[in-house]
Amino acid sequence: MYRYDPTDQRMIDERVAQYRDQISRHLAGELSADELRPLRLQNGLYIQRHGPMLRIAIPYGLLSSKQLRKLAEISQRYDRGVGHFTTRQNLQLNWPQLEQTPEILGELASVQMHAVQTSGNCVRNITTDALAGVAPDELADPRPYCEILRQWSTFHPEFAFLPRKFKIAVNAAASDRAVIRVHDIGLDLVRDEHGETGFRVFVGGGLGRTPMLGKVVNEFLPRRHLLSYVEAILRLYNRYGRRDNLYKARIKILVQALGIDEFRRQVDDEWSHFRDGPTTVPDEEFERLAGHFAPPAWEVLPADDPWPTAQAKSNRAFANWLGRCVQRHRMPGYAAVTLSLKAPGKPPGDITDVQMIAVADLADCFSLGELRVTHEQNLVLADVRQRDLYEVWQIARQNGLATPNIGLLTDMICCPGGDLCALANARSVPIAAAVHETFDNLDYLHDIGDISLNISGCMNSCGHHHVANIGILGVDKNGEEWYQITIGGQQGNAATIGKVIGPSFCAGEIPGIIEALIAVYLDQRTPEERFIDTFQRIGIEPFKTRAYARRDRQRSAPAPVDEREVVNA
Amino acid sequence: MPRIIRDATIVEDDWQVADLGEGQSALDITLPEGLVLFPLNVWLQRREEIIARNQPIGVWLRSDEAPEALVGDISRFSVIGIHFPRFTDGRGCSTARLLRERHRFVGEIRAIGDVLQDQLFAMRRCGINAFALRADRSLEQALPALKTFSDSYQAAADEPRPLFRRRLAGEPG
Repeated sequence: MYRYDPTDQRMIDERVAQYRDQISRHLAGELSADELRPLRLQNGLYIQRHGPMLRIAIPYGLLSSKQLRKLAEISQRYDRGVGHFTTRQNLQLNWPQLEQTPEILGELASVQMHAVQTSGNCVRNITTDALAGVAPDELADPRPYCEILRQWSTFHPEFAFLPRKFKIAVNAAASDRAVIRVHDIGLDLVRDEHGETGFRVFVGGGLGRTPMLGKVVNEFLPRRHLLSYVEAILRLYNRYGRRDNLYKARIKILVQALGIDEFRRQVDDEWSHFRDGPTTVPDEEFERLAGHFAPPAWEVLPADDPWPTAQAKSNRAFANWLGRCVQRHRMPGYAAVTLSLKAPGKPPGDITDVQMIAVADLADCFSLGELRVTHEQNLVLADVRQRDLYEVWQIARQNGLATPNIGLLTDMICCPGGDLCALANARSVPIAAAVHETFDNLDYLHDIGDISLNISGCMNSCGHHHVANIGILGVDKNGEEWYQITIGGQQGNAATIGKVIGPSFCAGEIPGIIEALIAVYLDQRTPEERFIDTFQRIGIEPFKTRAYARRDRQRSAPAPVDEREVVNA
Repeated sequence: MPRIIRDATIVEDDWQVADLGEGQSALDITLPEGLVLFPLNVWLQRREEIIARNQPIGVWLRSDEAPEALVGDISRFSVIGIHFPRFTDGRGCSTARLLRERHRFVGEIRAIGDVLQDQLFAMRRCGINAFALRADRSLEQALPALKTFSDSYQAAADEPRPLFRRRLAGEPG
């Protein structure tokens, strides 16, 4: 992974000093709450329903075991021993004290970590494929590109106060696992006919109130131009993005207003002034950064180790886990293991300090001391020898990290929701718990097969409900929690925004509605179809009919005051 | 006399920022005497008269006014002010970089409006060299903020080479 040089370290230490001074001026009454707010947000500190929340950056989701141990220690000492992984591969602590946050940032800096730009109207953490460097379908390792973007965006003096937040994701594999088309900029690594590496650049994707998929602004951007081209896009956005309406301030609205062709023309015009200037990245720099992510000392192993398969024949629980939680690796004899943070009875994405230490130990013993955070809020041990899988499974199981549900209905993406978040209209964690209770039969879950169910507590869509096969969105109606259902969304190369099925439901109705939607699928599927395939073949109507047929026998919703606004969003 | 920060020093300064009052139009106001930063529309509409005053010329831009409007006259200005209506409005930073890096303005660029110490470092990097701090703030306390960071990753008005170029040349470490 990337290791700081003395300059990186000095700047991060200086950032901590700057933040410490800001907090002390605030506590001394010299910096008002309103003046502190944008400053603390750019250091990851929110003030939420019950107090502060600190969002710690995990650049492109990559962590060392040493860093995870530090996070465990911080969560023990300054919090309540629980962290929450987010869809942007970061970690949130929900109970820090404002006065102690400078100290926490100092602790993070001691292991080359920070909370820089994890919130605020600036360029946020760059995200990518959790299987970077080990995926068999990868064209190149995306992490050197993520790192150069991380450095470029860190403390960028021109783009600290954009109209709104700005998210960049990078994919470098045949299958997009980074949902790049729902980011402000999505970078898809490609090679041209001469073998030159570059990017297909998408712009203007995003979820939130007005979900949109990014559009191609550049079919092939040679990699040396990566930073200058992104800078041209950001300058256009900084100058002309809307600042009069929070809900129309993302770049997608600017792209939509100009049209992609005019937007492209303006970017090219801006870019032409400095495209071959000093921000052009020479090959030596890419090579230098690639050196930080050089393949580890993998052993030469037989292609497919027969041992785990043999174990699985006599151990159904292990077989289930192998089937759902183990992914292929580009090297023979290795596998990537997903540790599920979606155990029943636990908020999705949550991890305790004890589990953090267990994962750090697992990484040290079995996966070259590193791990990754997935945007689905699970963890990945990327370099496990197949012959170690049984042992890894046993240890993971003892620590509640081996629920064999990756890619199944209960592998839900879920935001913290109204229990913690001040923005939420409704709680999301109890909905996730209800889904777990309703679908508690593993055989049934496996029979339903691949499906995604995501939950967001409000229109900000942190839970990515728009790109789920079944999406659940919390809405507020006259102070009551209601939930709107979308279906047919998906992530990946064929990313699609889901469609709203109709008026929203109360919390108690949700498990029944999910059952009804699943029942339509089970009735209508052909043997090889996943939920999304059946949906695409038969359309929304049968699902809608079943969902509301059930409802007609139960209570009906009050006349929705803000339904139109929400549905049309 | 009012004080500002200019080139990392606290100095007295008697430039005044002129603005149009309610109902006033650029065409019929009386141009004030002395060192004046004129609003862009006054400059554009009274250009000949302002030049004829034969005094150093200043102009200031609102956050939604483009620096391109000054391009033909750029060498005439002693001071270009950039107004920050709120410190969270980052448009002025693009304006400053364009003035310095594209239009080669070498005079003073002065931040006016909601100018606070926590933004000084980034503003300086964008080419702003003078800061009329918000009236309720201490210049002495703000001054060290110009040195918040000892280095930076990106190229900007203060440093044409990004850190990676200097690293490859073996410079910092």
